[in-house]
Amino acid sequence: MAVIKVPRPKLGFGEKIYLTALCKGFLLTLRHAVKSLIGKSMGAKDLASSGLGVTMQYPEQTWDAHLPEYYRGAPALVTDEQGRERCVSCQLCEFICPPKAIKIIPAEIPSDDPWAKVEKRPAEFDIDMIRCIYCGMCEEVCPEQAIFLRKDYLVLGTTRQEMVHNKKKLYEIGGVRTGLINKWNELK
Amino acid sequence: MSDLLILLIKIVALTFCVVLPLVPVSVYFERRFCAVIQDRVGPNRVGIPLTLLGFKKDCGIFGIGGLIQPIADGIKLFLKEDFTPQHVRKAFYWLAPALTVAPALITACVIPFGTPITVFGHTEKLVIADLDIGPLFIFSIASITVYGITIAGWSSNSKFSFLGGVRSTAQMISYEICLGLSIIPVLLYFGDLNLGHIVQQQADHGWLLLPLWGHDASHPLTEKLLFWFPAVIAFLIFTVSIFAETNRMPFDFPECETELVGGYHTEYSSMKFAMFFMGEYAAMVIGSALIVTVFLGGWSLGFGTDSWISNLSLGGFGFGGLIHLAIFIAKVVAFILFFILVRWTIPRFRYDQLMKLGWVIFFEAALVNVFLAALIVAAPHLQAAIIGLGAVLLVSVTAAIIWVAQVSEAKPNILRA
Repeated sequence: MAVIKVPRPKLGFGEKIYLTALCKGFLLTLRHAVKSLIGKSMGAKDLASSGLGVTMQYPEQTWDAHLPEYYRGAPALVTDEQGRERCVSCQLCEFICPPKAIKIIPAEIPSDDPWAKVEKRPAEFDIDMIRCIYCGMCEEVCPEQAIFLRKDYLVLGTTRQEMVHNKKKLYEIGGVRTGLINKWNELK
Repeated sequence: MSDLLILLIKIVALTFCVVLPLVPVSVYFERRFCAVIQDRVGPNRVGIPLTLLGFKKDCGIFGIGGLIQPIADGIKLFLKEDFTPQHVRKAFYWLAPALTVAPALITACVIPFGTPITVFGHTEKLVIADLDIGPLFIFSIASITVYGITIAGWSSNSKFSFLGGVRSTAQMISYEICLGLSIIPVLLYFGDLNLGHIVQQQADHGWLLLPLWGHDASHPLTEKLLFWFPAVIAFLIFTVSIFAETNRMPFDFPECETELVGGYHTEYSSMKFAMFFMGEYAAMVIGSALIVTVFLGGWSLGFGTDSWISNLSLGGFGFGGLIHLAIFIAKVVAFILFFILVRWTIPRFRYDQLMKLGWVIFFEAALVNVFLAALIVAAPHLQAAIIGLGAVLLVSVTAAIIWVAQVSEAKPNILRA
């Protein structure tokens, strides 16, 4: 392979002085500054930005309307259209949860219940939101389509106790979900 | 006694209520201005925390949010843990920040902030020390800042800090020469080193860079326009040297994070770091004030309005000086914005390019500029033959300097394959 010698390009006098390059640079940055101040900067119209570039002025403008379909927010348990709580406390989500945020105590469904065929439901179901990393593994592993990640990202509390979502709270934020597979009765 | 009291009031008012507040103002402007340059917002939320007192929301000032941000920065730096590492040389470690911030504030005492104000029949000049050697005082005191940075770098007992300190010393010393040389043409023109007189002459007969009024027999327009050329060269060299002296981009080698972690202030925290920070911005403010004073007319509004403004008074209280003070501060703030624009536009120079600029290019240019300015200033009083001889000498000396610089440039080594 032949050796190619690449010479350093010879600079003209104007390029060496660097003053014209400086002035062009100043004009470029000034143009960006002026455009930002009059609200026409790059990215001013993107997402829910405030108009000053892509920056979103947070509490006044939020991203909620633009969250993608696959956004992973806080996990919640869902109820069926027939009023049944979907979770059968199989504890698969507790097993797979990476930070061990889920704690389940399973219980029996008594044999005189209309849903006795299902046999199990959770007595207690706690998700510690401080530990939760919103990875979605619990939703992916659940065989009953019982736990889903919602689009709420703002989970707040002033004590550690407040940040533990118990079963009541989880069903409350989960609500009713339609279109799920019915394994336990004739309606397929 | 009352003289001392008035002096004390002037020191407190001018240094601590005019120059020192300009430091957080310039920090705020830096963050906001660089944010709009980069298409983003900058700090716009911190307001006076009225919610603590029961009001509904924090208030901004004039609707511009975030003006209290510098105070929040100051409180944060004040409350940080102030530690002294075990391996530093304690005396110098503690001395260095003081040596950086004090000279910057001391040099504020010769800058003329405005025309005299009259309070209760007593006229007071708006300059703390009306020295007849203004620029010399500033240069000599500002050189002490070099000690601050060197000692900070060396006493930190760390390789990176040491390198930062050494580089900074070399850089600042190199550009002090150009600083001094480049201002000589101006002093030749005005014939006076008193900064107050320089500004007064500019107010009467036109700023150095904008000589468009006050033409009379001893200051004819042609002479002023002819002197404009060495004045512009002096302005350029002086401004760039001030950038280098205050370690601002594109010469901010001593503190570039990419190369030296924090440079000379890596090992410092909390209040000592705040003092380095303040010292840098105060030096920038004083540098801008000096450039404005010498080249752009200081407190003067120009176009012949200055005598009218200085005579304004309201019932025995002559406030014309305060208007001039406001004009001066406006010009200094505009120049600080220029400093910030340069910082966020131009990438840093390589160290050898920096040294070459200082010793080869600016030094020669400033020297030639001195002779050119001397020729132009003396021209009305000399015979045409002598002017011609002077011009020929100047051109030949300039050509000789340029030839020597080009010939002595190191040829790049051609690597053999």
